[in-house]
Amino acid sequence: MGVEGIGASVVRKEDKRFITGKGRYVDDVKLPGMTYAHFIRSPHAHAKVKGIDASAALKLPGVVAVLNGKQIVDDKVGNLICGWAITSKDGSPMKMGAWPAMAPETVRFVGQAVAVVIAESKNLARDAAEAVVVDYEELPAVANVTDAIKAGAPQLHPEAPGNQIYDWVIGDENAVNDAFSKAANVVKLDLTNNRLAPNPMEPRSAVADYNEAEEHFTLYTTSQNPHVARLVLSAFYNIAPEHKLRVIAPDVGGGFGSKIYIYPEEMVALWASKKTGRPVKWTGDRTEAFLTDAHGRDHVTHAEMAFDANNKITGLKVKTYANFGAYMSLFSSAVPTYLYATLLSGQYDIPAIHAEVIAVYTNTTPVDAYRGAGRPEASYLVERMMETAARQLNVDPAALRKTNFITQFPHQTPVIMAYDTGDFNASLDAAMKAIDYAGFAGRKAQAKAQGKLRGIGVSCYIEACGIAPSKAVGSLGAGVGLWESAEVRVNPVGTIEVLTGSHSHGQGHETAFAQLISERLGVPISQVSIVHGDTDKVQFGMGTYGSRSAAVGLTAILKAMEKVESKAKKIAAHQLEASEADIVIENGEFKVTGTDKSIALPMVALAAYTAHNLPDGMEPGLKESAFYDPSNFTFPAGAYICELEVDPATGKTSFVNFVAADDFGRLINPMIVEGQVHGGLAQGIGQALLEHAVYDANGQPITASFMDYTMPRADDLPSFKLSHTTTLCPGNPLGIKGCGEAGAIGASAAVINAITDAIGKNNLEMPATPDRVWRTIHAA
Amino acid sequence: MYQTTYHRASSVDEAAALFAKGSEAKYLSGGQTLLPVMKQRLASPSDVIDLAKIKELIGVDASGDTLTIKAATPHYDVATSDAAMKAIPAVAYLASLIGDPAVRYRGTIGGSLANNDPAADYPAAVLALGATIKTNKRSIAADDYFKGLFATALEDGEIITAVSFPVPAKAGYAKFPHPASRFALTGVFVAQTKSGDVRVAVTGASQSGVMRVGAIEAALKANWAASSIDGVTIPASGLLSDLHGSSDYRANLIKVMAQRAVAAAG
Ligand SMILES: Cc1cc2nc3c(=O)[nH]c(=O)nc-3n(C[C@H](O)[C@H](O)[C@H](O)COP(=O)(O)OP(=O)(O)OC[C@H]3O[C@@H](n4cnc5c(N)ncnc54)[C@H](O)[C@@H]3O)c2cc1C
Repeated sequence: MGVEGIGASVVRKEDKRFITGKGRYVDDVKLPGMTYAHFIRSPHAHAKVKGIDASAALKLPGVVAVLNGKQIVDDKVGNLICGWAITSKDGSPMKMGAWPAMAPETVRFVGQAVAVVIAESKNLARDAAEAVVVDYEELPAVANVTDAIKAGAPQLHPEAPGNQIYDWVIGDENAVNDAFSKAANVVKLDLTNNRLAPNPMEPRSAVADYNEAEEHFTLYTTSQNPHVARLVLSAFYNIAPEHKLRVIAPDVGGGFGSKIYIYPEEMVALWASKKTGRPVKWTGDRTEAFLTDAHGRDHVTHAEMAFDANNKITGLKVKTYANFGAYMSLFSSAVPTYLYATLLSGQYDIPAIHAEVIAVYTNTTPVDAYRGAGRPEASYLVERMMETAARQLNVDPAALRKTNFITQFPHQTPVIMAYDTGDFNASLDAAMKAIDYAGFAGRKAQAKAQGKLRGIGVSCYIEACGIAPSKAVGSLGAGVGLWESAEVRVNPVGTIEVLTGSHSHGQGHETAFAQLISERLGVPISQVSIVHGDTDKVQFGMGTYGSRSAAVGLTAILKAMEKVESKAKKIAAHQLEASEADIVIENGEFKVTGTDKSIALPMVALAAYTAHNLPDGMEPGLKESAFYDPSNFTFPAGAYICELEVDPATGKTSFVNFVAADDFGRLINPMIVEGQVHGGLAQGIGQALLEHAVYDANGQPITASFMDYTMPRADDLPSFKLSHTTTLCPGNPLGIKGCGEAGAIGASAAVINAITDAIGKNNLEMPATPDRVWRTIHAA
Repeated sequence: MYQTTYHRASSVDEAAALFAKGSEAKYLSGGQTLLPVMKQRLASPSDVIDLAKIKELIGVDASGDTLTIKAATPHYDVATSDAAMKAIPAVAYLASLIGDPAVRYRGTIGGSLANNDPAADYPAAVLALGATIKTNKRSIAADDYFKGLFATALEDGEIITAVSFPVPAKAGYAKFPHPASRFALTGVFVAQTKSGDVRVAVTGASQSGVMRVGAIEAALKANWAASSIDGVTIPASGLLSDLHGSSDYRANLIKVMAQRAVAAAG
């Protein structure tokens, strides 16, 4: 390997443009004749739209058009779709209410758009929006699942009686009941998993440009998956056939899942561009982000775990109510089912599991996948359960975990997943050593002498990443395949362009992916460019989410590379008059083993393109593509341990130490991996201590700005101590498992386990704000 | 933001004259409160009159028994001022806790006091130290200045020019920041005057803005020690209650922060 190959902590190529302000984001796009959109959004959580009077607005200077929900429905722009079909336990399909891009009749959450003003400037559009009079008739609203499922609750959609979308089950209920009837001990736990607002740094934005002569659209948009956006816009929203729609996702400033979905604003911008004959730009502000970016989590769960007399888990039953918000977002249905309940076995050998998930509409912002998506909820549940059980059974929490760890692989869980490999003892041991677990009791006593309550909390997470085998997800209801594509182009002078269907919105693909090429060919990464995010440049691909880009996307690149190498070797052998089998690639040269004969990559490339002297029958050129569909999920896993102190007078938590021992399989760029873990941990800790998207009983959001929604800041977080215990993933040739979500999945349980340990009380909900912790300490 | 006309005044008199000419004029100091409100279109002044460049409004000095902070002095300058650190270190410390560096480089004491946010830090120091608010028209005692949430004794167009703080025997400030906004969820400023009087002011906690707490004052007057507050009961009635702090939690914080402020004061 060269210095820039696999395993090297190469500095990120893309950072120069980001750090110097030379990134090119959607909002930087300026087109001749461009207009600006401003949405008129409902101030009510639930209301009938009785009328919209735009006459005064249309008279204002610079106003191009005021368009409303009735018009977009009349123009047959399709309703928003949900891409994963879930079947209820009674065999009925999920019950989905209609979601038009702007509400023609009824608004169901604060922030839902009813109309849009298109004007010559952003400010003029805002001025005009204030002159549009919307006549609402308020309806009763409901904001949480507990109220929404009650008889007599306000009803959101006629399609979904009782506000219930589905009642889905997984696992063997009889086997679980049997386990509980024989149990020596049963541990019970009630939990909520708090709703979060994703808050990527860059708000969503779209620029739509319709060319009437060509009947062709270009859409610049903040997307994690531009091809999926084009597919959905074409196939379901009737915007334009695929070949008449180019989707470009240029530099994108963070996504965390929230930019997977195709949102109403993009649909409206495209439609409005055609209607007005002008390019249309919309850029949301932070408040709009809080109101309209899909939120994450929001579960209410009751769980019970059965143990035998040797403290071995014999069964787990779980009942979860998932708040979907007012509409079913693109992958919402899969999150609390196949991304959640299938991970309820955690790292443990649990013979019987049964879970029931009830999906519920409420008058709140739609909920969908957010960093971790279902797996943080599962991991939080399992790991708080293990800690609760250890306390109830009066055993050391680490020891209880070890008693129950899966140690033989492959391991088939009772909830679909087949874990391929792992070493859970190794990661827990590493984390315990890093934090000096054995010395904790002494430190706790010392802290006590100073009036501080010290606690330690363990969390052993597992996730299913590298999403996903297409055949498997298809059989579970997914509307798409989840392979990835790549094309490797060696240019005539030997530089290399890699076209990938993955999309980088902060993950560092331009560096990490280039490192694979460097590894294989021995060329510096400066000779490689990674091309992504433009449907006119790149072949169809599935995009980036679910920690899939290295495990799936990079493997596709490897497959294409192997084809390129194979052809290049044939050319080299022909040029060097050697046997193809004797050609090896080293430092950018094709060498004949055991001789000093060699030919440099640029010469091979040139030979491929001049085609003056190629082997008989060989096509000119040096460019190959591949589609890679994984055979299984990957299973990153690890152990996090958090040590902290609580100030009993104020309930404030201060970190003492936070250690992470992760098993991500092979690391391409350890520095980038470390950054991913840091960010994930910040989000997991944010969920545990700080973040909460809150609505009042009438569905009014009360955390729609950073003045009320606590975004984690650097001084809220400890310095993390990271380490890796590695088992290579057998499912892909590079042995990669993925690292993008682990921190967000594993961290929150470690924090809450540590606080509840410190205060000696087990009942504590997230976020553990100082007020909550203080109240819990002093509760009778 | 709506259209507005910007003026940069070079003296207090010029600023007052410009204000009188505008139909709905507003003074601008650090802009850390006014500009966000204007950007959200919640304020639409016809004219914005910038005070931040008026030389006579900038500076910190201590002479005799008084620390004077001129109105347009940014928080950062106060936090790092030798004069303030020497005369009343608790005031410099308080300024260092306001917002983040960007806010401290711009935001000013005059703007903070004119705005009188119920969770702002300066009002606690001004009230506890019995400071005097100087304006272009008069001097206002702290006890007469604060009139509830975002309300003050200032008249329309009146300009705060400086705040003078009598140097106390002892003073301390303890702030429990609001987790999201980092304003004071509860902040307590304690002061013992050179004549032995004790004044304690609380910000962030009360429904009617910055307030004095007689019970703690009495306890500290009897015995200037954190432990003397142990027996004080703070009623939760009249206190703010929201997502980040219920009224009984704030009542608890008043006590705990008062004790920490006393400990800091020495
Ligand atoms: C992110 C953020 C965090 C913050 N955190 C804190 C915090 O932790 N603690 C805290 O106390 N504050 C905090 N603030 C507020 C900050 O301290 C502001 O500086 C202060 O509230 C207003 O001061 P300014 O100079 O910016 O005033 P401006 O915004 O310019 O003006 C505010 C108001 O005062 C009027 N005004 C200004 N100067 C005068 C004057 N000399 N005479 C008469 N009227 C005048 C203006 O007309 C306006 O109505 C924060 C602000 C931000 C944006």
